[in-house]
Amino acid sequence: MWSWVLHRITGVAIFFFLLVHVLDTSLVRITPEGYNAVINTYKTPILGLGELALVAAIGFHALNGIRIILIDFWSVGTRHQKLLFWIVIALWIVLLAGFAPRQIINIIAEMS
Amino acid sequence: MTTIDAPRSPHTPATATRKVNWEKWGWIYMRASGILLVVLIFGHLFVNLFLGTGVRAIDFAFVAGKWASPFWKVWDVAMLWLALIHGGNGMRTVINDYAHGRGRTVLLVLVAASVIGLIVLGTLVLTTFDPCPAGAPGNLVPSFCPVNSK
Ligand code: HEM
Repeated sequence: MWSWVLHRITGVAIFFFLLVHVLDTSLVRITPEGYNAVINTYKTPILGLGELALVAAIGFHALNGIRIILIDFWSVGTRHQKLLFWIVIALWIVLLAGFAPRQIINIIAEMS
Repeated sequence: MTTIDAPRSPHTPATATRKVNWEKWGWIYMRASGILLVVLIFGHLFVNLFLGTGVRAIDFAFVAGKWASPFWKVWDVAMLWLALIHGGNGMRTVINDYAHGRGRTVLLVLVAASVIGLIVLGTLVLTTFDPCPAGAPGNLVPSFCPVNSK
């Protein structure tokens, strides 16, 4: 049940981010200065944490999405759905352990 | 109301209609696009947020440098279409679960309009992009632009 709740919340959150992200990227078609000004806000500490949350959200949605697909198509997927859930969580922690240091170093570098 | 047959009932007119089963294709699309998006999105995040100095490296010249290669243009246009349709179809499921009547219709129309609008906008941006806009200063555009070769 919690995997479903998290899958739904992350899916909706990513959708709203994507709406904004296509708009901000479209500024490249207007002026380089305009695009740079907006993309620079992505480098502030607050949005730096936002990107960390975004990667955490999409990482969970993607890994759990693969789990859903395995449950649907793999003959023993349903039987092992609980184990698959813990594998999702483990891979998600590995993913964040890889990305978080990179991002936190950036946030600190941007503040100083 | 759609009638749902009892489980394991033989092919009756309700199940044997020749109409396209859009719900089934939507269900398949969510899974097929999901697999492709894993590759496209993780690749996108890895190159833009992880390699080098991550998000700090992104500016106009970074984007123009990427889109100088057809590889990344095709990558980004595929990601744009697949993700917006996947997300829009997912939003439809969520809206159908919680909203009713007028409110539901309004929300569904808003989602459909945003998805179509952004696919059109994003595709136009990607296909008409000019890495060396006239009059832009050399330090903001890629090194291969004419302003930088004087
Ligand atoms: C990274 C790769 C992704 C994978 C593997 C994936 C996988 C899935 C799967 C398997 C479903 C379930 C569909 C169903 O039950 O019929 C789903 C639902 C959904 N996805 Fe994704 N997805 C991905 C990316 C995205 C993105 C980028 C967005 C947003 C733009 C998104 C938004 C949604 C939404 C809103 C739902 C509906 C949630 C619900 O019904 O509770 N997904 N996804």
